[in-house]
Amino acid sequence: MELFFSQILDGLSIGSVLLLTATGLAIVFGLMGVINLAHGEFMMLGAYITFVVQNLFRPMGGLVFELYFPVALVVAFFVTAIFGVVLERTLIRKLYGRPLETLLATWGVSLILIQLIRSISTSMVIGIAAALAIGFFGGQFLSKKIGDRPAFPYLNGVMWTAAVGIGLVVVNSFSSMRAIASPWFGPRNIDVTAPKWLQGSWGVIGGIQLPGLRIFIILLSAVLLLFVMWFLTKSVWGLRIRAVTQNRQMSNCLGIPTDSVDSITFGLGSGLAGVAGCAITLLGSVGPNLGAAYIVSCFMVIVLGGVGNLLGTVFASLILGIIQSVVGSGSLLTAFPGMPPAAKSVVEFFATTSMSLVLVFIFIIAFLQFRPNGMFPQKGRSVDA
Amino acid sequence: MSEPLLVLHDVSVSFDGFFALTDLSLTLQKGELKSIIGPNGAGKTTFLDVITGKVRPTKGTVTFKGKSLVGLSEQKISRQGIGRKFQTPRVFDNLTVLRNLELAASPNKNPFSLLTDKLPKTAKDEVHRLMNYVGLTPFATTQAGSLSHGQKQWLAIASLVAQSPEVLLLDEPVAGLTDEETVRTAELIKSLAGDHTVVVIEHDMEFIRDLNAPVTVLHQGQLLTEGLLEDVKKDPRVIEVYLGPAEE
Amino acid sequence: MKLLKRLIPWILLAFALFILPTFLSDFRINLFGRYFSLAITALAIDLIWGYTGLLSLGQGIFFALGGYGVAMYLTLNTPSEAGGNGIPKFFENYGVGQLPFFWQPFWSPAFTLIAIWVLPAIVAGLVGYLIFRNRIKGVYFSIITQAALMVFFHFFNGQQKLINGTNGLKTSTTELFGLQVGSSDMQIWLYRLTVILIPVTFLICRYFTSGRFGDALIAIRDDEQRFRFAGFNPVPFKTIVFLVAGALCGISGALYTVQSGIVSPQFMSISFSIEMVIWVAVGGRGTLVGPIIGAVLVNYLRSLVSEALPEFWLFVQGALFVFVVVLMPDGIYGWVSKGGLRSLLAAFGIAPKARTYPQIDQEGPGMEMKSPAPTDSSA
Repeated sequence: MELFFSQILDGLSIGSVLLLTATGLAIVFGLMGVINLAHGEFMMLGAYITFVVQNLFRPMGGLVFELYFPVALVVAFFVTAIFGVVLERTLIRKLYGRPLETLLATWGVSLILIQLIRSISTSMVIGIAAALAIGFFGGQFLSKKIGDRPAFPYLNGVMWTAAVGIGLVVVNSFSSMRAIASPWFGPRNIDVTAPKWLQGSWGVIGGIQLPGLRIFIILLSAVLLLFVMWFLTKSVWGLRIRAVTQNRQMSNCLGIPTDSVDSITFGLGSGLAGVAGCAITLLGSVGPNLGAAYIVSCFMVIVLGGVGNLLGTVFASLILGIIQSVVGSGSLLTAFPGMPPAAKSVVEFFATTSMSLVLVFIFIIAFLQFRPNGMFPQKGRSVDA
Repeated sequence: MSEPLLVLHDVSVSFDGFFALTDLSLTLQKGELKSIIGPNGAGKTTFLDVITGKVRPTKGTVTFKGKSLVGLSEQKISRQGIGRKFQTPRVFDNLTVLRNLELAASPNKNPFSLLTDKLPKTAKDEVHRLMNYVGLTPFATTQAGSLSHGQKQWLAIASLVAQSPEVLLLDEPVAGLTDEETVRTAELIKSLAGDHTVVVIEHDMEFIRDLNAPVTVLHQGQLLTEGLLEDVKKDPRVIEVYLGPAEE
Repeated sequence: MKLLKRLIPWILLAFALFILPTFLSDFRINLFGRYFSLAITALAIDLIWGYTGLLSLGQGIFFALGGYGVAMYLTLNTPSEAGGNGIPKFFENYGVGQLPFFWQPFWSPAFTLIAIWVLPAIVAGLVGYLIFRNRIKGVYFSIITQAALMVFFHFFNGQQKLINGTNGLKTSTTELFGLQVGSSDMQIWLYRLTVILIPVTFLICRYFTSGRFGDALIAIRDDEQRFRFAGFNPVPFKTIVFLVAGALCGISGALYTVQSGIVSPQFMSISFSIEMVIWVAVGGRGTLVGPIIGAVLVNYLRSLVSEALPEFWLFVQGALFVFVVVLMPDGIYGWVSKGGLRSLLAAFGIAPKARTYPQIDQEGPGMEMKSPAPTDSSA
């Protein structure tokens, strides 16, 4: 029975991570109607940022090192938020009103981010900087010289291609210098050591150990969720976000800067993903493919919880987390040893992490047959406009 | 008078506590032409939503030829003979004018007959007659998305007529049309009445006058008054909802 | 000129069938055979995405089902792979003594030939129906299909005892018609079979996209709600088209499997299924020629880049996604057929600009009919 409860606690902590990620995805989806397939990669960025911050703090040692994690949380939030804003401003804005295309374009971004993490090195940074500089200044130069000619966009494209080519040459020319050409992270998984105050138990309730890591993650997501709720309901920008979510054109007419609202929301959503990535490093080692593993679970949360509905997201992610953990670990067998053999073989069949996902999916498809709009559907005239 | 065709009885619709329609009762006779007016937010579009199955009434009944329509899907209601034109002209942008009309005129609505059957000659003739009537024949092979707003309105109305419904519900059929086109639309609608039952929702009073049909005034989801336009215009309550309370 | 246009597909077909094999190495021919089998998947995706507007990110399910179907038949009929009690060797590794029941019918070649497209079709029809009847569409549909894909992946990946899990099933050592499947003679025949199946698939897709059924698909894409109000129920339309696409993906997967020599759960990886969509996007969706071009071109590019700079392929692919979606939404075929090439040349002053008033130039209609004359013509 104790094992069973500790599995539920595990489930809650996984659910909390899902909750952070899915909340970010859900507010963006509610506001702009787009799903960001690079969301999982923002999570991965958050995890790598934690790794970097940890390594920066390690030499300081002692008490200072113990404090790296809160710093990493803040840095992860802001860096991924900035990434999100940049992505929104450069790409997603161009695809407004074309949600399916946005899906594809953000997938492209996610591929680039994955490979970037795998192969980024000092020489690559130099190469990218060179390509961007040439492309940007070359573009400025071209637009000044022949900006009004019809051939300009094509020549600009050629120029950017050339810039990328030069960047490649730069990267290649450094390839013999091991010091700056070797990748920072490489394709392998990285490990983050949790600070001492998070390791071990935080106490005992009813004979059950409370593992510090898990409790911390649950508390962290609860606090952040409360903050998001406060932000959305009480702050000026939250009011604006809700206004734009309900009626974009009307908000525009009322002088709400919808552009900035989009950016801020996207930044907030991405930042939450970054924090979730930070939290994941506590649960195990992480690699460049981290995003893909979590994003589908997030989709399931959104489908189950309903669109842009925080309450639905909370319930759905906790339920999914618990199902995955309890069913996947097979602890149902140990908790209820007296079940009939037929039920036992079914439970055994689903008792791996991957098979529990199968079960969750079947559950969701069945659930949708009765409640197609998720657990807490929205009502009103604007729903299927 | 014979049995009424379409009856709404005590219909209420609420969205999370906000009542878009409150205890609305209304009957339509066969072959009748009725126009509905009312200020913004009076529940005119919701009224159509309830009939066509887009919105389920919170309370009350909707019956067509004695059978309830509540809970039926949009396509089933449409197949029973109730057609609707939307407020903004909704046409299939990436189909040509001709194909828009041919799709609407298809007598069988199941996928297999669309796949195997040819469109019957009568339906084809009807499509060409309609296209000619609304003046879209020169644009038969033009994508509907590149038509002008007025042409889209006409195409939307023509597609609706091509469905050959018994009841036509027209939501703002002349919004964005020129005066000349408005007059012509009024003629078209009057020619349809008699064989068809027509409900027109409009803001354009000139157009309502042209139709010369009984007027129903909705206000805050309730039926305010019914009668001829001239009488309705004199009704102090109507003046109040349109112009605000009289100051004396 | 018109005659030439009509002949082009036949010339290309003859070229692919007879000329290409004479000057390409067996290795390259095998690669092209794979690209062409992927082109069938691209056509299927075009049917559901390009025409009907349903962006499925889970076509890998049906692709893999077709692949597993043919691989199960081949594995069963390979004496060298058989273990002690006449069932494939890998079962022994997991201590399975009896052939699982669903393997049994795959002894029969006739059953296999039917199963590789009927099985995916049934799964697609079922999944499609359950999703569509709840009016799930747009992005929602995409993420549910992706979740379904993930689920199938985990199922096949985790079930060693049933289907050899991660390792997949090998097909290259079976003998068929006296030839080893992996041998170059057999591969040439498989290549020809694939090339012939492309026009067949093309015609199937054309059957579904021309006529009023095709119009209905476009209508669903444009405005599904309006489609309902016209008295049509979109659910059977979407289910049929999803089912047909599933069947085509199954055939494609089977062809791909016998030409690559293995089927594994990787066929159901998330990235592979999204990649399929980009073939269609690059070639030009909503046309039936575009996807074929796109599938062959992108996959050719992929092998070129992967051979030269393997770690750069993901960058190139990612950039391709972004580029096509943002700058070339109609794809290559759409770009050319909408006059993209001409405006490119015109921008450099090589070709004359399109004339604004073709009527005046007596060139006849067809160039600038986009903004029709003012509405008085209709009044």
